[in-house]
Amino acid sequence: MIWALLILPASLGLFCLLSHSSDLCRYLLVISALCHSAMVIVLACHRELAISSQWVGLDDAGLLFLGITSLLFSGAAIYTFGYLKAEGDSPIKDMEEHFFFKNSHNAVFVGCMLFFLATMSLVTVSRHLGLMWVAIEATTLSSAPLIYYHRHHRSLEAVWKYILICSVGIALAMLGNFFIVVAGTHIEGAGPLMALDDLIGHASSLNPAWMKAAFVLCLVGYGTKMGLAPMHNWLPDAHSEAPSSISALLSGALLNCAFLVLLRIHTVMIAAGLGDTSRMLFVLLGLMSLGFAAVFIIGQKDFKRMLAYSSVEHMGIIALGLGIGGMGITGSLFHAVNHSLIKGMLFMTAGNIMAAYQTKTIADVKGLMYTRPFTAMLWLAGALAIVGMPPFGIFLSELTILGAMVDTGRFFVAGAYLMALGIIFAAFTAKVLPMIFSPPTAPVQTPPDINNAKKISLKKEPVWSIAPLALFGCLSFVLGIYMPPWLSGLLDGVSRSLGGQ
Amino acid sequence: MNTIFNFLVILLILLNFRLISSSRLTPCIHVLVLQAVILSGVAWMTHQGHMSVHLYFMLAVNIFLKAAVLPWMLTRVVEKNIISRELDPFVGYTASLIIGVVLLGISVMISRPLSLSHTLVEDFFLPVSLFTLFSGLFMIIARKKAITQVLGYMVMENGIYTFGVAMAIHEPFIVELSVLLDVFVAVLIMGVAIFHISREFNHIDTDRLSVLRDL
Repeated sequence: MIWALLILPASLGLFCLLSHSSDLCRYLLVISALCHSAMVIVLACHRELAISSQWVGLDDAGLLFLGITSLLFSGAAIYTFGYLKAEGDSPIKDMEEHFFFKNSHNAVFVGCMLFFLATMSLVTVSRHLGLMWVAIEATTLSSAPLIYYHRHHRSLEAVWKYILICSVGIALAMLGNFFIVVAGTHIEGAGPLMALDDLIGHASSLNPAWMKAAFVLCLVGYGTKMGLAPMHNWLPDAHSEAPSSISALLSGALLNCAFLVLLRIHTVMIAAGLGDTSRMLFVLLGLMSLGFAAVFIIGQKDFKRMLAYSSVEHMGIIALGLGIGGMGITGSLFHAVNHSLIKGMLFMTAGNIMAAYQTKTIADVKGLMYTRPFTAMLWLAGALAIVGMPPFGIFLSELTILGAMVDTGRFFVAGAYLMALGIIFAAFTAKVLPMIFSPPTAPVQTPPDINNAKKISLKKEPVWSIAPLALFGCLSFVLGIYMPPWLSGLLDGVSRSLGGQ
Repeated sequence: MNTIFNFLVILLILLNFRLISSSRLTPCIHVLVLQAVILSGVAWMTHQGHMSVHLYFMLAVNIFLKAAVLPWMLTRVVEKNIISRELDPFVGYTASLIIGVVLLGISVMISRPLSLSHTLVEDFFLPVSLFTLFSGLFMIIARKKAITQVLGYMVMENGIYTFGVAMAIHEPFIVELSVLLDVFVAVLIMGVAIFHISREFNHIDTDRLSVLRDL
């Protein structure tokens, strides 16, 4: 069953790459995304169907992140289905510098998207550090062509930074993996220790100095991929230049996958009795990410980059929650779920706004409420949710993490956390509210030419661009007021494996 | 036995100095080939007692990819895009050499608390691989051209392999093979990206890739 999860998207992706029909590929994308989700649901209900070896297996953490990835991918697939149709094949005028460019072929795009799904699924089900490394590097490689969908110089710059920075980071993580093996070489009869279960089993006899060095390398390596400051430089560029559904996937699914790998290594560290070191480093990087994000959101003029920095912020919060421990672990996992839903929704809404206004500049978007009412509603709801307003799930998880900080008596951390959240709250709402409520300006009333007027004033909000987003928003809303027992069971399971309650 | 081993390791250090001090692209690519060959030599020597079919196969694939295919690809990229052979450094060559010495010192310092006494390997293996890694990183940061960044990435990867090979870390076969494949595809995609960069900008200097920024 697990193999089916990986092989289905990979083989269909290969098929898409070989076929050259855009339409066929679009249908295949949605079909395979829905099949993948269906399989995940079946697996979640019948956990015994999942094989478990030293290579792959499905534990609570894996299932949680596999579920998020699959759900988000289905939404993004439906959105992309309409998006690719709307983009068409003709050259497109660049919205910032007004030159014409072409998109890469839809078959290549869809093929890479399916590969991306397969590699992310592989990250969530692998139970072997080497395999995880391979899977994470494969996600970088399969998502690079997705970022370079619009063939112009800015996306090229973004993709170059993305590949180079992430590959270098992940290379460091490989050295980290080697260090972990060295930490266990003196153990008799165990062979090279790379499988998680073996590592946890032999944890008490691992060499602490090597383990600490290994953790630092892995944290830097996978932290780059996760977007923790100060290794986040690729993230705003890649997120702002990729097509919106891809930004949603990068932010909501890919960053989580990198986090999952760190979570696994953290489990080994705790088992080896080195939990304090890893917790301290998580708190440090978490606070740094919050600080960087707060500073860069204040002066941001581009709404997609603003969302990207918000991802840095939330990854910081997740790392912080993990570092605090106790209830913070549950809070941080719950935060990952909510962040994926809301950020997926926000990025795709941003795509709608870009399609409507042909700009990414915050100041140029005015009167969203009058021109695109549904998009405006989603944008408002998403913005309120992401800054942590009740009753959305993010409020609950941020409060849980704060509670954990106060419980453990870390008042300095709690203060810094609250200050960063406060700054981001003010900056974010100050940018988003004028976009929605200010009166619409010139383009709507006195359009420069008829073609443009048709594009802007036509209240065209197709179902594909609204329904999946509304679903994500509603889910996060529901999670804020009602926690389904299976989800809390899953969260508690992960939390227990990390020594929380 | 051990003398040859040490000789190879010292050769690796000297090659790194050659790399960071050379002003032309071709010698850098040659350094890459030599490093790959030396690495395979080291690997063969560590495993000499117990070579199995799959180890031979791994070594063959390693040499084939790192000493033949990847350098050939880099040379092709250079020729196709008519890249000038100068490296265009941000940091001058003399300064680079001095920084190289400092990096070597740092690698020795970092590896001091990490003892390898419980393994079969000499203690100085870790500083050498760290130094190779740092040289690669330095190439990525201090040279302008996109192709030197790819070169730096490959040197980094070599440094990490030096360590893995010396420790006789045989991860399971399939993982090792897919790591190689991943690196190969990464370099391939970077090569394609360089091709696009040179077509879009008419050069491959990365300091012009600076439209996207916040400061």
